[in-house]
Amino acid sequence: MYAFDVTRPKTVAEAVEALGAEEAQALGGGQTLIPTLKQRLASPSVLVSLASIDEIKGVCADGDTLTIGGGTTHATVAQEAAATYPALAALAANIGDPAVRNRGTIGGSLANNDPSACYPSAALASNATIVTNTREIAADDYFQGLFTTALEPGEIITGVKFPVPQAANYQKFVQPASRFSLVGVFVAKYADGVRVAVTGASEGGVFRWTEAEAALSADFSPAALDGLTASADGLINDLHGDAEYRAHLIKVMTKRAVAAAN
Amino acid sequence: MPKDHGIGASQKRREDVRFLTGRGQYTDDINLHGQTYVYFLRSDVAHGKINSIDTSAAEAMEGVVRIFTGADFEGIGGLPCGWQVTDRFGQPMQEPGHPVLARGKVRHVGDPIAAIVAETKEQARDAAEAIVLDIEELPAVVDMKAALAEGAAKVHDELSSNLCYDWGFVEDNKAAVDEAIKNAAHVTTLELVNNRLIANPMEPRVAVGDYNFANDESTLYTTSQNPHVIRLLMGAFVLGIPEHKLRVVAPDVGGGFGTKIFHYAEEAFVTFAARQIKRPVKWTSTRSEAFMSDAHGRDHVTKIELALDADNNFTALRCETYANMGAYLSTFAPSVPTWLHGTLLAGNYRTPLIYTNVKAVFTNTVPVDAYRGAGRPEATFQIERVVDKAARELGVDPIQLRRQNFITQFPYSTPVAVQYDTGDYVATMDKLEEIMDMSGFAARRKESEAKGKWRGLGVNCYIEACGIAPSNLVGQLGARAGLYDAATVRVNATGSISVMVGAHSHGQGHETTFPQVIAEMIGIDESQIDIVHGDSSKIPFGMGTYGSRSLAVCGSAMVRATEKVIRKAKKIAAHLLEASEADIELKNGKFSVAGTDKSVDWAGVTLAAYVPHNYPLEDIEPGLEETAFYDPSNFTYPSGAYACEVEVDPETGKVQILKFAAADDFGNVVNPMIVEGQVHGGIAQGIGQAMLEAAIYDENGQLQSASYMDYAMPRADDVPFYIVDHSCATPCTHNPLGVKGCGEAGAIGSPPAVVNAVIDALASGGKNVGHINMPLTPHRVWKAINS
Repeated sequence: MYAFDVTRPKTVAEAVEALGAEEAQALGGGQTLIPTLKQRLASPSVLVSLASIDEIKGVCADGDTLTIGGGTTHATVAQEAAATYPALAALAANIGDPAVRNRGTIGGSLANNDPSACYPSAALASNATIVTNTREIAADDYFQGLFTTALEPGEIITGVKFPVPQAANYQKFVQPASRFSLVGVFVAKYADGVRVAVTGASEGGVFRWTEAEAALSADFSPAALDGLTASADGLINDLHGDAEYRAHLIKVMTKRAVAAAN
Repeated sequence: MPKDHGIGASQKRREDVRFLTGRGQYTDDINLHGQTYVYFLRSDVAHGKINSIDTSAAEAMEGVVRIFTGADFEGIGGLPCGWQVTDRFGQPMQEPGHPVLARGKVRHVGDPIAAIVAETKEQARDAAEAIVLDIEELPAVVDMKAALAEGAAKVHDELSSNLCYDWGFVEDNKAAVDEAIKNAAHVTTLELVNNRLIANPMEPRVAVGDYNFANDESTLYTTSQNPHVIRLLMGAFVLGIPEHKLRVVAPDVGGGFGTKIFHYAEEAFVTFAARQIKRPVKWTSTRSEAFMSDAHGRDHVTKIELALDADNNFTALRCETYANMGAYLSTFAPSVPTWLHGTLLAGNYRTPLIYTNVKAVFTNTVPVDAYRGAGRPEATFQIERVVDKAARELGVDPIQLRRQNFITQFPYSTPVAVQYDTGDYVATMDKLEEIMDMSGFAARRKESEAKGKWRGLGVNCYIEACGIAPSNLVGQLGARAGLYDAATVRVNATGSISVMVGAHSHGQGHETTFPQVIAEMIGIDESQIDIVHGDSSKIPFGMGTYGSRSLAVCGSAMVRATEKVIRKAKKIAAHLLEASEADIELKNGKFSVAGTDKSVDWAGVTLAAYVPHNYPLEDIEPGLEETAFYDPSNFTYPSGAYACEVEVDPETGKVQILKFAAADDFGNVVNPMIVEGQVHGGIAQGIGQAMLEAAIYDENGQLQSASYMDYAMPRADDVPFYIVDHSCATPCTHNPLGVKGCGEAGAIGSPPAVVNAVIDALASGGKNVGHINMPLTPHRVWKAINS
């Protein structure tokens, strides 16, 4: 690591102010950032830890909306979202290992937008709203490609609002080494239609499989997908799977998600 | 009732108390007064010409004590290779230099170029970033066959090619083997890759060099499996420090798996630099550095052919292997694909004619050397895969084909120069069928089919040569060292015992098992006995721990030394009891005169030895301390039969291992629980190789699986609960304990069972696949299903 300062604001306002400093960097649970710093691949002057801001923590169900504070750990989501949105809780319960789940936060994951992370698929499939210190961003506008989001420098995710679906499921096929998703598919069924979001597979990060959404909106059953093929164009080719394999897995995982959600 | 004491008792590991409570003393726990830290600036290209290294700006940085480059090692030796292989034509292998710090060229990603010694680790690393390197990148040689092609770039310009050696064994059999294969009723051919692995011990390597200029003594604290080997190699061949001025200490070591046998540049560097700057120098490897500087394992590309007659008897075996040496010859690298591999190719079978050709190749990759099993897993994998493939081709039961060809008469001299002293391969196979519940397999397969899964059953046998090794034999084969071991049994005045052993325990549990042996021999409690290991200034010259040798070789030395102690103690007892020495019996820690009630206990005798008021001083010296060196007369030959049951998801290619059983013959067993633990760990590593692990280089020589994000280590849920059995024991005939060694068996015996099971599962789904290269990742299995 290079040397840096650390500050631990207690409120969002203090955090925003601290992030105004030159080369300041927000620190969520640090599950990506800390290894990056250890590798000397980043050199912030000051880390603004969001871990002490109580106002961005917690899980709250209100009617058909589940709101999760940006600083809420995966472990907390796994436990507290279980009654309202079990598919989301199950996703959180299978991120990393207990150490990761007790440090990593939903805001940190969404701000980082790792192409293989789990949360982006849930946010996109749920048509969630990303709430920041300045505005609200629809998931469809939020994810803008590999490690790229609509966030402005210094903007903090304070919460995520999930419309609670009628049925949902997340199927994660893990990359054997990292256990991130090689392909992860989140299927969520709402009154106005089905949304399908795919993570792990694309060079452009999380995306919606719109053909599957159309088919499943008409008939929410695995058989509805029979005639479809996910395109291998733009999918990741790496040590753990080529584009063709990932395209195949997208369909298999989508079918399994639908079967499990039913 | 199971024994709770002595040989055969499953005593809990006494060392675990300190490991589990954070009281272990590992090399990184050692911090010396005035200590400095070194950071190695390593090559980020696989092959390049060093035009210049400008350290001037870095030297001026805060905290920098001194920066070393290859030029500072002018006149200093390079890292030696401990084994010289002679090729098919009687010529010695090509043996390039291996500088401590790169000189002229860099030859693999991770090759150390400069060493920055500073007051803190961060200062050293900061300064490394200020070093200006001018390295002209050269074409990298990665693929072994391409490396041997005409016009390939040379890893070492001074050598004639990238070929280290072209070895044939047994060369005199070659024509007969060729003929037998030509005339065979059936020949099964298999081309396979034994995947390159990275050992990944939990504790990365660490080295601390210290120098006392007042008495000109150097001390190296290091994460080694064999401190005396390091002292010999580094003292005599690299730095020119005589043994009495060089102490090597390997304290608690957190796993080795072979990769901590070798003498590494970092060890020589910290010892050298400490002398130069007259301050201690410490290096602690990061995990990232470990991936590119710890010797890797395996990496063979092989074609194997098995010839059978019309009755399915094996008639000949021919193997052609390319073995990757990496960029330099690591300490024992040349021996692995040759003498630890070619001599094992008979396996458990009566194949009368065997020939193997091995081409060892230099490439721009991390050096490759012994890794748990070392040559024997490669041999076992080929044999057991080709036998399985033959059974499938011939439509015969793979277990029956094996049984039909088993060696059943012992001793058995193989056509590949070794003599198996004992074994009972029928017994271990019978045991395997029983503990695996093979008769229930058909029903279990139906259950899987009902879920849309394909279930497969794979078996294999293995034989290994352990207890390495008879010195006169290995000397003939090219070893530049003897491979005996040594133990000193020091009995203290009150009867407690300190045993100084040449073997090193880094997970094996010697501190528990070795006392069990002596406790059994003398009849005292284990708590009276402690093992001292790992410090060249305290222990006799032993060769360390690898090749499942500790108990068979060092344990035998300990037995011999204990026998000497008992002989002397009996003399003392005879004097005290005023009896004839021949009438003295030792039982349960008590010396008695046969046929009388006269006795003296152990502590009475030991006290007399150190307080010799009433003592036969005219016949024997006071004190009770004996040393023995033990050089075995043969290898030991553990063997066994393993089985694996898998379920394949045909939609995704994912393989789940549902059941795994191991029936081993380790000869006599001192601590069954520790033996089972060794087998569990070995199988986990074998499953890791078969299912998950692969060090993969791209065509530019960049290691793509260079962290745990891409290099998959087995986790608890990747492995099943194992069913293990070691009741089929045929004791070794030539060491005093009748033990064979158990450390590597699991890693040797498990990969073929896993692959055989997956091939069987695919066949049950109508996909007849000849072979899939390890690791059997979902992607590879899916591709095989859909090819």
